[in-house]
Amino acid sequence: MTSFRLADVGRLDASKTARFTFDGRSLSGLEGDTLASALIANGIHLVGRSFKYHRPRGILSAGSEEPNALVGVHRDAARRTPNVRATVQELYDGLSAVSQNRWPSLAFDMGAVNNLGAPFFSAGFYYKTFMWPKAAWKHLYEPQIRNAAGLGTAPEESDPDHYASRYAHCEVLVVGGGAAGLAAASAAAESGQRVILCDEQAGLGGALRFESGSQIDGVAGWDWAQATAAKLAGMDNVRILPRTTAFGYYAQNMVGLVERVTEHLATPDPELPRERLWHVRAKRVVVATGAIERHMVFADNDRPGIMLASAARHYLNHYGVAVGREVGIYTANDSAYGAALDLHRAGIRIAAIVDLRDDPRGEMIDAARAAGIELLTGHCVAKTGGRLRVSSMAVMPKAGGASRIIPVDALLVSAGWTPSVHLFSQSRGKLAFDTRRQIFLPGAQAQECISIGACNGTESLAETLEEALAAGAQAVRGVGGEASRSISLPSRTAESWTGGMSGSAPGAEPGKAVKAFVDFQNDVTAKDIGQAVREGMRSIEHVKRFTTNGMATDQGKTSNLHGLAIASEILGKPMPEVGLTTFRAPFTPVTFGAIVGHGRGALFDPTRKTPMHSFAEEQGAVFEDVGQWKRAWYFPQAGEDMHAAVARECRTVREAAGMFDASTLGKIEVVGPDAAEFMELMYTNPWKKLGVGRCRYGIMLREDGFVMDDGVVGRLADDRFHVTTTTGGAARVLHHMEDYLQTEFPHLNVWLTSVSEQWAVIAVQGPKARDIIAPLVAGIDLSDEAMPHMSVREGTILGVPTRLFRMSFTGERGFEINVPADYGRVVWDAVWAEARGQGACAYGTETMHVLRAEKGFIIVGQETDGTVTPHDLGLDWAIGSKKSDFVGIRGLKRPDLVASGRKQLVGLKTKDPKIVLEEGAQIVADPRQPIPMKMIGHVSSSYWSENCGRSIALALLQDGRSLMGETLFLPMPDRTIEVEVTSPVFFDEKGERVHG
Amino acid sequence: MAEIATRMGPLDGRSLATNAVVIEAARPASRIALRAPSASLAALSLALGVDLPDRPKSAASRGTRHAFWLGPDEWLIIDEDRTDLNVACRGAEVLHSCVDVSHRNTAILVSGARVEDVLSAGCPQDLSLEAFPVGACSRTVLGKIEIVLYRTAEDDFRIEVWRSFSDYAFTLLTEAARDLSS
Repeated sequence: MTSFRLADVGRLDASKTARFTFDGRSLSGLEGDTLASALIANGIHLVGRSFKYHRPRGILSAGSEEPNALVGVHRDAARRTPNVRATVQELYDGLSAVSQNRWPSLAFDMGAVNNLGAPFFSAGFYYKTFMWPKAAWKHLYEPQIRNAAGLGTAPEESDPDHYASRYAHCEVLVVGGGAAGLAAASAAAESGQRVILCDEQAGLGGALRFESGSQIDGVAGWDWAQATAAKLAGMDNVRILPRTTAFGYYAQNMVGLVERVTEHLATPDPELPRERLWHVRAKRVVVATGAIERHMVFADNDRPGIMLASAARHYLNHYGVAVGREVGIYTANDSAYGAALDLHRAGIRIAAIVDLRDDPRGEMIDAARAAGIELLTGHCVAKTGGRLRVSSMAVMPKAGGASRIIPVDALLVSAGWTPSVHLFSQSRGKLAFDTRRQIFLPGAQAQECISIGACNGTESLAETLEEALAAGAQAVRGVGGEASRSISLPSRTAESWTGGMSGSAPGAEPGKAVKAFVDFQNDVTAKDIGQAVREGMRSIEHVKRFTTNGMATDQGKTSNLHGLAIASEILGKPMPEVGLTTFRAPFTPVTFGAIVGHGRGALFDPTRKTPMHSFAEEQGAVFEDVGQWKRAWYFPQAGEDMHAAVARECRTVREAAGMFDASTLGKIEVVGPDAAEFMELMYTNPWKKLGVGRCRYGIMLREDGFVMDDGVVGRLADDRFHVTTTTGGAARVLHHMEDYLQTEFPHLNVWLTSVSEQWAVIAVQGPKARDIIAPLVAGIDLSDEAMPHMSVREGTILGVPTRLFRMSFTGERGFEINVPADYGRVVWDAVWAEARGQGACAYGTETMHVLRAEKGFIIVGQETDGTVTPHDLGLDWAIGSKKSDFVGIRGLKRPDLVASGRKQLVGLKTKDPKIVLEEGAQIVADPRQPIPMKMIGHVSSSYWSENCGRSIALALLQDGRSLMGETLFLPMPDRTIEVEVTSPVFFDEKGERVHG
Repeated sequence: MAEIATRMGPLDGRSLATNAVVIEAARPASRIALRAPSASLAALSLALGVDLPDRPKSAASRGTRHAFWLGPDEWLIIDEDRTDLNVACRGAEVLHSCVDVSHRNTAILVSGARVEDVLSAGCPQDLSLEAFPVGACSRTVLGKIEIVLYRTAEDDFRIEVWRSFSDYAFTLLTEAARDLSS
């Protein structure tokens, strides 16, 4: 039993201990503790240093609103979680926690010098202090600030855990498992509709966890909550998710939940996900998120040992832990009296209750008096004493007068309760300001959701339960279910939530030179907010950004209303006119792991592989990524580097033959009686006269006349075309075609089907191509006469049906064997066996690029960049001159597309044949001109060509076709390279080799 | 000339059985993408021996032949016995487009008591029996890819997926199953 753990108080089992360490110190707690309750049980309140001033900080709350008690929790080197709220972290045996933002130790922290230099760190200091000299920002200020700023240290190793993700659908989602949420869920569940109930805490019960004076259905509130939760958990139509935070409310009742699966376990099963993200689509959402207690804003209100009154009740009534032995209370509302009474009953001395109100009345006040507790009404706490822990409070009449120092070792504060409207506001619901109570409440809703209980401003337990039962039934009826309303929940309570104030308490008005903290996590004081207003900030959005109030990871759960009240008081305007900052998701921080879920490693993005991928792997190919595809880049043999491999592959293809996996090419089957008519409209070329069995190279334009895609198209029948696209353009081209078909040409009877993955494509290119495939092909006459260049035939290969294209992207005699994909590897292997016998090789995308560049064939995306026309590329021949319409025909006639001075495709030969130009390098006419030089073109493709015995390059050059033979220059960082402008065709200029 | 070669599917040899689900590659099948105006449906239904469904999220089956509604004029026809569906369609001399996609898709069969949960790791649709009854079919999303999902029985689904995305689909389902069996 540790020193502040009380016997016979609380709900934990004293025999079940859990060991843990804090900053290396070995401590003991109980199963069911949070890290915070276990620390307090050991008499430890000092748990961290504040963000800016490095002030000693303790534990303010007992929940997720905690701004101060942020610690690192370390399981091992890879599992070091920073900024864990000690109030939320459940204790497990072996837990290791460390304090943050201090050096060398928590008790003696060098950074606390910031506290003395506070005048230099006033609101907006970083906007002012680091303005000059400009150059210092990058090298001095920013790195320094980055080093000093931020809390906690991220682990350096990659995350070894895995995270799960799940979509879920329900009729009713209830967020919050307190009295309201449990009652609403019970009413909804009775109907048999699907209900999901989530709560961020380890168990259900909400405020019943600490409220000692509530009875529901004849039993203590907490006991009712446990029984109700157990009953709901046993129903098939109900899913209860504890340790699950509803962090975001999105469109159409999509609510994001994050479930912490293993954070509370001593030795988690490695198969368990660490967290699970639930994407819940709910027909109705019941928001029962309760309210958050506000602290009092007064001088030195941040010392360890000063905490919310409700937190002290949590620690006492649930965890059996006393927060001190001599406890002061500073309040402006009734609920803090409950804390005083509970502590008093547990034998803890209450030094005094300081109530800002002049004449509070009610049962709880009477009870406090009857208990003999000193009650100082109309008084305030002017300041506190103590360094690493509060040791006294200075109390004085709020109207002024002598102050009296009262020793305390804990001070409980309560300025009232702020309804948790975060989710309602995220749902785009409008907030309404309750002038009497000075709080924002749910107003007009934007989605199908109902707020109930404390988050709706409902204070009495009986009204809350009534509202909850009605909401559960209403939600069910809203989705067409039957709500029987058989449940009734009589209740009794001694609790009262009456009263409250917001803004600074007497003695801490913004003009006063005291540190009265509004936002603990970002170290924002009442004075800072005053300064922001004095410096001209009028909207709360500006005040917020200038002071950083509410911008920490707690998002101002305890501070926003105080900050707004202070600004509104100085401005003399009601709060709604100063504005309310936007509530944004997430409600509490969500890990990247939870958001990424399964989508890491192999599942980060699909990796697409062709049917022949395994062959390339077996051959030791090096792969490159082309979109999501893995493509064989080159096939190095023993001792070869990339250059040598590509040179060999290029040579072999032209001397014998090569095999290339072209399966990734996009393929679209265009079918229907109007197929040719549709092709006429989508491509620049004429198609109607293309004979069945013939192929044509097609160019597709966008409406603006620029080249979008290209590819070879084969006509399989009058009403059937086999269209190929670039690998990267496959999806885009299909969408483009489908878009025009549906919106511009709906009258055409034609349909489009993607067959990219239906066909494995084996390109066999080179003088021996026909000899290689001939022994395997049946039913097709492969002679040049019967099957000339640019033709397509259907037959079989190895008994497998094939669409055999005679076509070439290398300039050699070539075939592309299309076979159904499941046969791809088998057919490839058979062709490969023949190819080996003919001295052929397998080649990759790099060799494919070089060979096509030797022939001056363009690659869309390399020679084109979305601003290049067919004319620029010298492809006028591919535009049907007699055609009256195709997509882009009017674009092509734009004045700037027909003017002279456009960049045109040319070849470049370096004067020194060994120099390979850099792609993207700029071309100038005169290298001696002053900088900036006039750039007249750029290199689009550049390679070493083994077959030409020299380097070759393609370029887009202003009026390039009229500059043939001219000498131009490419200024590079280390030298200027001289080139000669040539035709883009470097090899077999007459193009005879394709015909064999 | 050799015998017709054996089909090698992208998921050959892969399967997973846990106490929650069984995930396995389906047998090779023949498939066509069928497009047609409504006037052609009767003739095509007759030719294919299965009544082409005309409602969203529906399918029709006869024996091992299935017709999935994918759009107002679009169906995916599957024959698990690998009968040549192109030949069947040719018998209907009405306006339509029939394209062989037997090898474009591959299929994954997922079954077991937690089958809805395993699919819900990546599929945003409501897969409860009320919303997605036996025989329901939908082109939908699984994680980052597109699939066609078909419920063959209360605890059995068939996922049709393009072959190069099948590894992703299978791996995602495997990961999801891990979440259910632990």
